[in-house]
Amino acid sequence: MSTVAANAPGVAGSGLQDVAASEASLRRFLHGLPGVDQVGLEARAAALGTRSIKTTAKAYAIDLAISMIDLTTLEGADTVGKVRALCAKGRTPDPTDPTTPRVAAICVYPDMVATAKAALRGTDIQVASVATAFPAGRAALPVKLADTADAVAAGADEIDMVIDRGAFLSGRYFDVFHEIVAVKEACKRPDGTSAHLKVIFETGELQTYDNVRRVSWLAMLAGADFIKTSTGKVAVNATPPVTLLMLEAVRDFKAQTGVQVGVKPAGGIKTTKDAMKYLVMVNETLGDDWLTPHWFRFGASSLLNDLLMQRQKLTTGRYSGPDYVTVD
Amino acid sequence: MSDTTYARLDVLKTYKLYVGGKFPRSESGRVYEVTDAKGEWLANAPLGTRKDARDAVLAARAAVKGWSGTTAYNRGQVLYRVAEMLQGRREQFAAEVSAAEGIGPKKAAALVDAAIDRWIWYAGWTDKVAQIAGGANPVAGPFFNLSTPEPTGVVGIVAPQAGYGHSLLGLVSVIAPAIATGNTVVVAAAADAPLPALSLGEVLATSDVPGGVVNIISGRTADIAPTLASHQDVNALDLTGAIAADGPGAARALEAAAADTLKRVVRPELDPFAQDWTNAPGTDRLLSFLETKTVWHPMGI
Amino acid sequence: MAKKKNTEEPTAKPAGGLFAYAPAPESSAAAGDIATSYGHFIGGEFVDSSGSEALKTVNPATEQVLAEFAQGTDEDVDRAVAAARKAFADWSALPGSERGKYLFRIARIIQERSRELAVLESIDNGKPIRETRDFDIPTVAAWFFYYAGWADKLDYAGFGPNPRPLGVAGQVIPWNFPLMMLAWKIAPALATGNTVVLKPAETTPLTALRFAEICRQAGLPKGVVNIVTGDGRTGAALTAHPDVNKVAFTGSTPVGRAIAKQLAGSRKKLSLELGGKAANIVFDDAPIDQAVEGIVNGIFFNQGHVCCAGSRLLVQESIQDELLDALKRRMATLRVGDPLDKNTDIGAINSAAQLARITELTDAGEAEGAERWSPDCELPGTGFWFKPTLFTGVSQAHRIAQEEIFGPVLSVLTFRTPAEAVDKANNTPYGLSAGIWTEKGSRILWTASRLKAGVVWANTFNKFDPTSPFGGYKESGYGREGGRHGLEAYLDV
Repeated sequence: MSTVAANAPGVAGSGLQDVAASEASLRRFLHGLPGVDQVGLEARAAALGTRSIKTTAKAYAIDLAISMIDLTTLEGADTVGKVRALCAKGRTPDPTDPTTPRVAAICVYPDMVATAKAALRGTDIQVASVATAFPAGRAALPVKLADTADAVAAGADEIDMVIDRGAFLSGRYFDVFHEIVAVKEACKRPDGTSAHLKVIFETGELQTYDNVRRVSWLAMLAGADFIKTSTGKVAVNATPPVTLLMLEAVRDFKAQTGVQVGVKPAGGIKTTKDAMKYLVMVNETLGDDWLTPHWFRFGASSLLNDLLMQRQKLTTGRYSGPDYVTVD
Repeated sequence: MSDTTYARLDVLKTYKLYVGGKFPRSESGRVYEVTDAKGEWLANAPLGTRKDARDAVLAARAAVKGWSGTTAYNRGQVLYRVAEMLQGRREQFAAEVSAAEGIGPKKAAALVDAAIDRWIWYAGWTDKVAQIAGGANPVAGPFFNLSTPEPTGVVGIVAPQAGYGHSLLGLVSVIAPAIATGNTVVVAAAADAPLPALSLGEVLATSDVPGGVVNIISGRTADIAPTLASHQDVNALDLTGAIAADGPGAARALEAAAADTLKRVVRPELDPFAQDWTNAPGTDRLLSFLETKTVWHPMGI
Repeated sequence: MAKKKNTEEPTAKPAGGLFAYAPAPESSAAAGDIATSYGHFIGGEFVDSSGSEALKTVNPATEQVLAEFAQGTDEDVDRAVAAARKAFADWSALPGSERGKYLFRIARIIQERSRELAVLESIDNGKPIRETRDFDIPTVAAWFFYYAGWADKLDYAGFGPNPRPLGVAGQVIPWNFPLMMLAWKIAPALATGNTVVLKPAETTPLTALRFAEICRQAGLPKGVVNIVTGDGRTGAALTAHPDVNKVAFTGSTPVGRAIAKQLAGSRKKLSLELGGKAANIVFDDAPIDQAVEGIVNGIFFNQGHVCCAGSRLLVQESIQDELLDALKRRMATLRVGDPLDKNTDIGAINSAAQLARITELTDAGEAEGAERWSPDCELPGTGFWFKPTLFTGVSQAHRIAQEEIFGPVLSVLTFRTPAEAVDKANNTPYGLSAGIWTEKGSRILWTASRLKAGVVWANTFNKFDPTSPFGGYKESGYGREGGRHGLEAYLDV
């Protein structure tokens, strides 16, 4: 059986190496994490949401937010043409202003990875692929691993896997843990490097904040490079309190193990105002270490155009409109 | 051209039902004539049906979660806003009440004023009712024990059909106490005097009252009331207008139908025609549509 | 406002790091016109004082004088009480529903003018605009709404049928929540049919005087509300006035004690809301991140100028290190500075005198051997400021564990068992409030039942609501403000 130490370098020596040694020890650890008071957490997230981001700070935050976007298309109707168009948008978000930063990644289904990879050649934009029977995750493990390996072989730089929420909610933490470990293994390339692993919790289905804190620790112990809120396919996606809680979890994990893990809220973040609130949370919970696309991402699609319109407003002084940004 | 001496023709209002925050015509597509005390035609009112009542219950049920979930403070603000909006349309309502009840304009205006003040009376109750209807219970043991009132859910109301001030003041006096505590209502309006009720829907729609919290249906109470009384998704029944509308036998039958799902029932006055709606309302109606919930919790280290 | 244009490079990195917030100042012009000098508000009119002495109110963030105002004389107080007495007959005879409608009007006008009042309060008091905008002024409006509703429901309040008002209420309020304290006093007094003479604090009279204008807009009958400004001498004249039937005071315990002595033997009804030294008890199973927020909110809210502030942190020894690390990390993100900047968390200390007192007590804390810590933060050059401060190694014997500091200073003590926590929490002459942090419900209720405090917050802190009674045990005063209980202080029962 693989242990934590093998998958999360740095965890060794933190006193956490035996946590996942057995079903019982993992359960004991997760249930021993401090509780989360819903009212207090939501009040804190709301208070941070009232920060007033103006002028220079706003300009900085808009560009940072653009550079943190995983520009996403995850539709049954996706085509090669659609994915190419999205890649073009990611490379040149605002054709009228070359100073506009590029997005961090293009996020697609596994069968579109090769298309995206080709369309992004010559840039440092990453290709992220969802995998493991996204979004429901209801498939046998070999299928999930094949799904992952397929995407990696096609050139995916990042894998966005979904956890088995059913297993988690029924208390089979050990199964969830080992599935993540196995997918992490499947992210390895022949040359010894690995695709970055983002672990999606679907927090809207886990419902309680206690569950979000537990699953965050579980995923980090299993070797997640990023923890991600949602698939964008259920009623409740990323929310400020859930994201704040996950930011606190990566903060605490780093303090205890020295290992830094990234955070990606996804789904429902549509406006510049929303994005500002998330960046304020990152800023005041984690600080500079996480204020880069390496450690914080937005899973979004329509957010980009709103950021671009706000950016145009800052440069021209006029409010922009949807006809002045491209629809791809 | 401007000195042509014809009398300008008024634009007449099409009265509509108020259901789910919208103003539908009756599902029946039919109307009935509303006349004043002298039998003069006033308007055509929609002839609401059982299906309209069914739609209204759906709307009322959908609104329960949001409305009962708002803070009592917020509900008080909304009810106060209704009073503000009604104040602004005082003259219109005075005319409608005057025609509906066959009383002089001065008395009608006083009844509208009283209706405005009644909203304020209940606006003030939203955040106080728990303080008079709930409280800590000193149980004999190491337990914290607290009782609090909660709204019962969807309340079907047969609006007052008689008595001084019934067409608006009486109507407000039955709607406001039910929604003040977080219930939602479906109201069968006074069949002979539905115009103030239908106009009240317009006031509610512009008063921050969420759609579906109050639903108002005009038509024959003999069609609408039994639908509400037997509907399995209605939690309580206010039969205030039932005797005046269709007689004591009908009221008894409605109460019996309500018993099938053990609805909470407010019975009508025995002589509804003698009722004076200007009398101080007290807290009876406010406390009629509440469930008391008691929570026990141990105290220990 | 900002005369110099912001010329820093696009991604300026002052103190905060990569993502530094540019100034987001609220316009001081939004406070409306501030007169150069003010008289009193008596009998529905702004009138000059019979005396010539004037006091100045300054903006504690800039030390600039905002306005002069009258030092109320005995004669001024006499006129105000006479005006209130004259108005009492009609006001108390008015049907409760009509009295209530005046209060509803006042509540609505406060909501309408909330931005103006928030800015004015921030300028006069030094507290951050974020708090006046999101807390003080909304609470003021809510208080008037709540008591407006009681005016015609007094028969149902549990004090027997037709409870009667007392008459003229003399009310003296502090500077920490100027308009909110006014609302806490005036709303229940008017709802129950009393008329009032209110004296605002001598460092923060402006919103009370603006409230007088609101009374006029609401058409409130003349003399029902009278505002007399001045310092403690004016307050003493008011509480001593023979034609006052009710005295309500919020402020320090020594002054409250003096008023109680002054009123001994009289027939005046008295309610007092005085000092506190609240314990905020954190058990080892607390929701740690929310506890840290609660501790911060408990002591740094309103610069710690809060009588119910959680100024003593009682932390279970087994989690002391973890909690203090988290607390310090959080304190380092507090933004101290211009109260009108929408991102400011901690504003200015209200006055030079208060700053001197905080400084004196914290110096004593160090001298007595407690260990002092503050985050790095730059304080503005002018104005009255104090860094958020933490004392560890504090014992019950230290002055900083016993005396009310009324500033952004937290004393940390430890405990080993729940019984010890309760003993230490109660070991003070005060008894206003307390906090409990644990995930275990039964422990919350066990602890709460043993605390000698008028308000106990569990897994939260510094929460206020017009429906919820507030007031203290022991030397924190008597009587309750807020809720149904708050009516009793103004009724002849």
